[in-house]
Amino acid sequence: MIVDPDVVGLSRLQFALTALYHFLFVPLTLGLAFMLAIMESVYVMTRREIWKRMTQFWGVLFGINFAMGVATGVTMEFQFGTNWAYYSHYVGDIFGAPLAIEGMMAFFLEGTLVGLFFFGWDRISPVKHMLVTWFLALATSLSALWILIANAWMQNPVGAAFNAQTMRMEVTSFSEVIFNPVAQSKFVHTVSAGYTMGAMFVLSISAWYLLRGRNIEFAKRSMTVAASFGLAASLSVVVLGDESGYTVSENQKMKMAAIEAMWETEPAPASFTLFGLPDVKTHETHAAIRIPWVMGLMGTRSLDEPIIGIASLVDDAKLRIADGIKAYDAMLVLRENKDDAQARAILAAHDKDMGYALLLKRFIDDPRKATPADIQKAADSTIPNVPVLFWSFRIMVACGLYFIALFAYAFWRASKRRLDGRGFLRAALWSLPLPWVAAELGWIVAEYGRQPWAIEGVLPTALGASSLTAGQVWISLGGFVLFYTALAVIDGYLMVKFARKGPDGLGMWPKQPDSIPVTAQTA
Amino acid sequence: MFDYDTLRIIWWALIGVLLIGFAIMDGFDFGVAALLRVLGKDEHERNVLLETIEPTWEGNQVWFILGGGAVFAAWPLLYAASFSGLYVAMFVLLVAFIIRPVGFNFREKMPDPRWKAVWDYCLIASGVIVMLVCGVAFGNLFLGLPFRYDGDLRMSWEGGFFGLFRPFALLSGLVSLSMLLAHGASWAAMKADHVIAERAARIARIASLVYLVLFVLAGVWLAYGIPGYAISGPVVSGGLSNPLAKQVAVGASWFTGYMTHPAFWAAPVLAFAGALGVQLFVGRRGFGGFFSSGLAVAGTILSAGLALFPFLMPSSLDPASSLTVWDASSSRGTLLIMLGVTAVFIPIILLYTGWVYRVMRGRVTLEHVRKSHNLY
Repeated sequence: MIVDPDVVGLSRLQFALTALYHFLFVPLTLGLAFMLAIMESVYVMTRREIWKRMTQFWGVLFGINFAMGVATGVTMEFQFGTNWAYYSHYVGDIFGAPLAIEGMMAFFLEGTLVGLFFFGWDRISPVKHMLVTWFLALATSLSALWILIANAWMQNPVGAAFNAQTMRMEVTSFSEVIFNPVAQSKFVHTVSAGYTMGAMFVLSISAWYLLRGRNIEFAKRSMTVAASFGLAASLSVVVLGDESGYTVSENQKMKMAAIEAMWETEPAPASFTLFGLPDVKTHETHAAIRIPWVMGLMGTRSLDEPIIGIASLVDDAKLRIADGIKAYDAMLVLRENKDDAQARAILAAHDKDMGYALLLKRFIDDPRKATPADIQKAADSTIPNVPVLFWSFRIMVACGLYFIALFAYAFWRASKRRLDGRGFLRAALWSLPLPWVAAELGWIVAEYGRQPWAIEGVLPTALGASSLTAGQVWISLGGFVLFYTALAVIDGYLMVKFARKGPDGLGMWPKQPDSIPVTAQTA
Repeated sequence: MFDYDTLRIIWWALIGVLLIGFAIMDGFDFGVAALLRVLGKDEHERNVLLETIEPTWEGNQVWFILGGGAVFAAWPLLYAASFSGLYVAMFVLLVAFIIRPVGFNFREKMPDPRWKAVWDYCLIASGVIVMLVCGVAFGNLFLGLPFRYDGDLRMSWEGGFFGLFRPFALLSGLVSLSMLLAHGASWAAMKADHVIAERAARIARIASLVYLVLFVLAGVWLAYGIPGYAISGPVVSGGLSNPLAKQVAVGASWFTGYMTHPAFWAAPVLAFAGALGVQLFVGRRGFGGFFSSGLAVAGTILSAGLALFPFLMPSSLDPASSLTVWDASSSRGTLLIMLGVTAVFIPIILLYTGWVYRVMRGRVTLEHVRKSHNLY
């Protein structure tokens, strides 16, 4: 049975919207939590009241954002079951485990400690409260670790095999799932992106206070923390993003080729296309500006390995589809008679390609009856949306490089104790949205670039959907859009309101105590 | 050491533990939220009530999230079939859960009484909806749900949202509602200022009495009015997880398990004892009232789970497609690994949760909320 294409399309749209929306809040939580822990540590070490007040003030903004992150995370934990029921059945044996472990190891700690962060100031000693904040920060990042282990398995499904009797993938090696190389590079890349976002948030709002001449002591200290933390984080996000790119090129060649709009295999070392207009019809990139060697070095870490182009990857897909059909046929035989030794041997030989046979299900009911034209269509469907990936990737990388420059400059100014200069402060203020742009585009590159697969090479997205009616998904999609928009408006309103109020307006710090000379302020 | 069937029973029990954990820990948050404007006559009183749950409700809600994750990991077929089948109900439930974190936080962000009222009613609605929907869903399990599997183990569902509101399911929703209102009120009686606590104790007594009557009524209805499911033919408890490999007969009694294992009766007895305990202890010193209402919650869920065993989700459309403990689990490897992880982390969770409750111990007084500046 094939799921209604409308249901698939609507479910994908809903997943993308809810995930992108959730991802507006989560990275900020990741970054701010660590900055709170750093500020509070300075308080505990120096016992200067201002650092406690800084922790509390940024804590208020953290709280608003945290609530949104938790709220929108609920959807994510359950949406696999509601909208992707066949996916959940097919890979739940592997994919469910990291989600459950995330709950036990990370989210429980996070959820339990966050209350104490807000309500515990007068109930526990400063050292204990600081430890609570550190564990809170640690738990947010641990949470990211397990979610990314789950996600990495979608990109690179290691440690599992198909079982014809249960019609699903089952774990063969749990340690391979946990120590998936894709998970490691993705984890560091993603949490660093969150840290960068947190740093930018504090940097920008502090810059706004300085531009207004308000909360100067507060803002300069906050900025110094943000500049140092942000510099480290943005360096890490780019360097480890590159590592992430390298692992992509090893196991998702099609995604890599699409990001680079590399239609044909280039002789090694491949050049990097800085600018270009990919044309999906003619399979050409117009007006391309290319930098020789760079792509080959980045993607393969060598001078003699080529990066495979889209055309030859489609040819590979055709071969894998043909092999996959053999596996599919053997699977059907085994389902009737699980002791058929011949079928068992065929399945064992070709089960790595069975997912490719499932690609045909979008076009015909029975993959065994595929014509060469069907196979061609299925193979062509393995090409993701090249222009979107090409540009998303480039804008994301440009943002990343810009963050390094901005934080390096801010760090230099902070170390010279010269956090003034209206040009610099304005740049810091107006850069506020960029980490969100970069993070959302990063999600698009990683997940939209995985299409047409839900699990790379194993399960096509179109097969993973639940057997729902389009009407049902319209209800939930419409509901989410309305509900989330309302929440976004309120959240944005409160964030701006409380950032504008500032520590002085909230009564956390006196209004005009700025008699301390400029040079002594960043102590 | 752990056979596949043993692991399945352990995981059936663990999901029960998570469900009971959720109902006890988050249940009183829902109860308090639902009673926010009944127990709290003015803004100060409502602040007291909220402050009894605000420091800990977030951690409590993780029982629900973890429940979802654990069902996904251990019972992927159940996770997939129940959530996609009950699609619209799940959506309503999710909205109710999503509104809570923002409701608690945003409410405190503006002094305007209209603003606070809006969030109060959101929290009240969210509490009532969750308590009702969870109960209705549980009731529907006994009636069977309209799904079947094809050879690819793709599930299809033939029924809509409103079909879920069958009389027995509604009764079950009311059992859940009264039970958790009693539980929430017991919490408020223990934690809130004495003025509010007295009101709460009265409500706890009434709600637990209503609960007791409805619970007995549901039991009688289940015994005499609702056909039970049973696996017919050989029971393969250690086989591969494929629901189509068995046969199921409808018409037996849901009380068969209680007849063959008299020890099962301990569960409803616990529920009874809990409801009576609320009558005796609520409003007095100590935590006897809250402990009793918690006992009633645990006893109720356990009673239902034992009656259903080994069924997880019976199918009314094609009984053979029913999901049971023996054919809806993950592979043995996954169950074993997840058992190890659970054995390590649940005790740690209980430890730090206990510590946080200890730090936040004591009544929240009106005097305290009048003085303190809420940073939340």
